[in-house]
Amino acid sequence: MSSTSSPVTTASQPPSAQSGGSKNTPRLRTRRKHTPGRPKRSVLLTVLTGLIMLYTVVPLVWLVISATKTQDGLATSSGLWFSHKFALWENIHDTFTYHDGIFVRWLLNTLLYVVLGAGGATLLAILGGYALAKFNFPGKRAVFAVVIGAVAVPGTALAVPTFLMFSKMGLTDTPWAVIIPSLVSPFGLYLMWVFATEAIPTELMEAARIDGAGEIRTFFQVAMPLLAPGTVTVLLFTTVATWNNYFLPLIMLKDPNWYPLTLGLDAWNSQAQTIGGDVIFNLVITGSLLTIVPLIAAFLLLQKYWQSGLAAGSVKE
Amino acid sequence: MTTLQPPAGVARRPDRPPKRDRRSWTGWGFIGPFAVVFAFVFLAPIAYSIYLSLFRDKLIGGTSFVGLDNYKQALQDDQFWSSLERVSLFLLIQVPIMLGIALLVALALDSGRLYGRNFFRISIFLPYAVPAVVATLMWGFMYGTRFGLVGDINSAFDVTLPDPLSADLVLASIGNIVTWEFVGYNMLIFYSALRVIPSSLYEAAEIDGAGQIRIISAIKLPAIRGALVIATIFSIIGSFQLFNEPSILRPLARNAITTDYTPNFYTYSLSFNGQQHNYSAAVAIIMGLITMVIAYVVQLRGMRKGA
Repeated sequence: MSSTSSPVTTASQPPSAQSGGSKNTPRLRTRRKHTPGRPKRSVLLTVLTGLIMLYTVVPLVWLVISATKTQDGLATSSGLWFSHKFALWENIHDTFTYHDGIFVRWLLNTLLYVVLGAGGATLLAILGGYALAKFNFPGKRAVFAVVIGAVAVPGTALAVPTFLMFSKMGLTDTPWAVIIPSLVSPFGLYLMWVFATEAIPTELMEAARIDGAGEIRTFFQVAMPLLAPGTVTVLLFTTVATWNNYFLPLIMLKDPNWYPLTLGLDAWNSQAQTIGGDVIFNLVITGSLLTIVPLIAAFLLLQKYWQSGLAAGSVKE
Repeated sequence: MTTLQPPAGVARRPDRPPKRDRRSWTGWGFIGPFAVVFAFVFLAPIAYSIYLSLFRDKLIGGTSFVGLDNYKQALQDDQFWSSLERVSLFLLIQVPIMLGIALLVALALDSGRLYGRNFFRISIFLPYAVPAVVATLMWGFMYGTRFGLVGDINSAFDVTLPDPLSADLVLASIGNIVTWEFVGYNMLIFYSALRVIPSSLYEAAEIDGAGQIRIISAIKLPAIRGALVIATIFSIIGSFQLFNEPSILRPLARNAITTDYTPNFYTYSLSFNGQQHNYSAAVAIIMGLITMVIAYVVQLRGMRKGA
């Protein structure tokens, strides 16, 4: 690629996005079989990579083990082994019931923000990506340039004015203050654009139109099914962004009843640091574990979809 | 729409589908919703921020137009500069370490020489699914001597490790948290890019007698330059925006992490503790401009080198 006008043109390869994401891995594997002199597996390289893996996994092991300990057990036992009392179920029970079950409320809030925010962001990204990929419309280049440019604007520069704007409109301290900004995912738009370009043959759209389908029907019946693997990827990444969001709710929300899990856990932790505050480190740790389990499960279950979708984006990106 | 097409047989460029030749407003119907929300949550706040930065709240006389005074003040503000120095130092040390590890792991995975490749790939990626809040709380506990790993190591080996939450080391400790969070994500970006290099290139290189190192330096790295540049740019933006980790770690290291620890922390404190919205807007805009300029320079240089 010769152009340097936007990050998107940096790829030296055409995207490899195929319509069926799961086909990606097998295809690549067969490629390896044809390589002359298939590489021998190396124990040394495996051990070295294993060290990096220990670095990423040990803290998670620590979290799981620590979630089984009482407040006392945490202080008296080694970080990487169980204490004499196994209190995981007790901790989970206490996490859900502490302070009239506020953790459950935070969990439901987070789910609300994810369903509306990440779901909405994915929908807008699909529609926009489809438009950029398959239509030629006035202002298309401008739309694209503005969106790419905006990605480089740091969240800092946006946070304060967004807060003041929302505050004047009476949106702060309501769920909308968290949901509305979550609706825009430039990365999602970009990913869907690349994906739609590859996945939807223009001829198929033409055929649908000749058969008398309107634009909306063509979109829902022809395009949407072909975009499914890309949709899963975008949905997963916008879900992570919304689930993990901290800065935006921190600024926008005062009422703990609207907190997402991240802000709630931070509040529990800070409470233990203040003088006279209730020390509940065991609940902070168990709550943390409960917060990450759904996302890790989603990543593991949907592996083959998001990895191929991400490959499509990372190449051209 | 189709009725406007010329009848079959009439000469038109055959290499393009007919639809592409005509511009129509139909596309706006699809991108419209995105555009409206985008204008509301991106463009409007930027415009409002610029507007705010030109005013100042005075005790007497209310808000008044001060032109570029806020910017002048920011450029002479020691607190701002020292926070910028801190994140620049962070950037220069943490980002190369993180991206270096990510690249090595990606190359190792791609080499086909690992046992259990898929297991490694997913395990190293997992921290990405952990919220910054949880990651920081977790590492914060582990750094502590009370129920942390540092305390364990101290008693197991009868040593006294330096306190990771002391003023001298807390920046490195934050760097470790950020590296932990994003090393797997960057690895995956690099790995995905490596996977689509056509195998014919490797075959040709092997016939020419190229070794592994040569294949990496002559084929793999140039082929994934785009991914490397993008990861670098995102990491630069991330470093300059550093907020979550220092903010959450602060209760544990109150003396080491001040409220002007990073530029983002500083603008946050100015706005929400100091009520200096106008000045805060100016500082944020300066930071935004610096970030964009550096990201742009990295992109230009990264793409030009040897291209």
